[in-house]
Amino acid sequence: MKLSYYPGCSLHGTALDYDQSVQRVCRQVGVELVEIPDWNCCGASSAHMTDHEIGMRLPMRNLVIAQELGNDILVPCAACFQRLKAADIELRRRPEYWDVKSYSPEMKIIHIATFLAQEQILGRIGASTKRALGGLPVACYYGCLSLRNPKITGAEKWEMPENLEKVSAALGARPVRWSHRTECCSGSLTMARPDIAEKLVGDIVAAARRGGASAMVTDCPMCQANVESRQDPAGEEEAIPVFYITELIEAAFNGDYSRRQQGQHLVTASVLADLFAGDSLHKED
Amino acid sequence: MADTNISPDERNVKLLAKLQERGIDVGACYQCGRCSAGCPIGDHFDLSVMEVVRLAAYGQEERLVKSHAIWLCAACETCATRCPNDIEIAALMDVLRELALRKEIAPAEPRVPLFHHSFLGSIRRWGRVYEIGMIGSYKMKSGDLTGDMRLGLKMFMKKKLKLRPHAIADKTQIREIFSGKGKEYDR
Repeated sequence: MKLSYYPGCSLHGTALDYDQSVQRVCRQVGVELVEIPDWNCCGASSAHMTDHEIGMRLPMRNLVIAQELGNDILVPCAACFQRLKAADIELRRRPEYWDVKSYSPEMKIIHIATFLAQEQILGRIGASTKRALGGLPVACYYGCLSLRNPKITGAEKWEMPENLEKVSAALGARPVRWSHRTECCSGSLTMARPDIAEKLVGDIVAAARRGGASAMVTDCPMCQANVESRQDPAGEEEAIPVFYITELIEAAFNGDYSRRQQGQHLVTASVLADLFAGDSLHKED
Repeated sequence: MADTNISPDERNVKLLAKLQERGIDVGACYQCGRCSAGCPIGDHFDLSVMEVVRLAAYGQEERLVKSHAIWLCAACETCATRCPNDIEIAALMDVLRELALRKEIAPAEPRVPLFHHSFLGSIRRWGRVYEIGMIGSYKMKSGDLTGDMRLGLKMFMKKKLKLRPHAIADKTQIREIFSGKGKEYDR
């Protein structure tokens, strides 16, 4: 299977480790990724929130390039995914308005969680799993933009999504039931109004704790950075690490979660390593 | 919101026409309040989400572009997703922010548009977001030099912030996109 790949700016910056784990997992499950040549930023929230013209034309440029490649596009970032989908719908509706001669490719835009939760891919993930995750209680966190607005994202279960739970369960983790799976963490406000971000992240993390989770799992690079960096600034409670779903997959593939990987997190992220250490102690008994 | 009298003479018909063009049917609101109930940031708003929709239906552009609500909205799309009458409320917020900026209305939350401006400035220059440059530009513009210093340093030490920007090859197209000549501006 061959897919076009749109990493987006986060995955080439603060979420570089996400980019690397997505690429390694895809290689392992036999999916070839071809990066869209000379891709540009999708504009994220800032563009569409303040300038419709720019908010549309930035993602459209990527789609026009991807159209030439023809393959479906894999998008790990929720914000990029939503912007590319919005532009795709608008470009199909009236390409001439946006100065594009024709645009009706069969190419689909696929978000990472939807991709991973497909039966075929789940099977391959299961086959490559070396060490199951021993019932690790995880709170799967979706945030906003891979789901909403479903008219744009095409999400089928936008209030009760289950893709991340499916993947986590396939790895042997135990997805907990909790309340804030699709609540906003206010990533787009986090620099200008950190006080609001701290409140929202605090509520989300408290809910994950109530659910009994010892880690959170997400597919959104903004949620990952925001939830790790804005929880409990006073440091009174132990922070909950937020793993990318592909990190969780890799940990199960390798039976290892190295110190180097732990070091990429902004909070202590030793639960996976502790789990594996517990396993090996068990064996020695 | 204080009690208010709205006369049909005060309706901004241009705003209503623009919303119609974008397919934002504010007139369909029957005030069920689901938008306000689900808004994660509503507690911090000066106008509730439903009030924004109602004021828009009455063409009260001036009240809206001066509000805190339009800048505190995080574009999470919960309101529009749950609206039983399919009103594109998040798109309405986009239109109001864009109008406020183009008419140079002093923003009630000045740091928010400064952040967007820095973010877009980075894209305009490189074609992609260059995080250190974007953050630096925002810090200079907002005067918030000390905020998040520890976080920034931590991310830097963890090599999460790239030192050098990556410029895309075809910057002409990006320049064209930012040229301000688009069709959307004519209306």
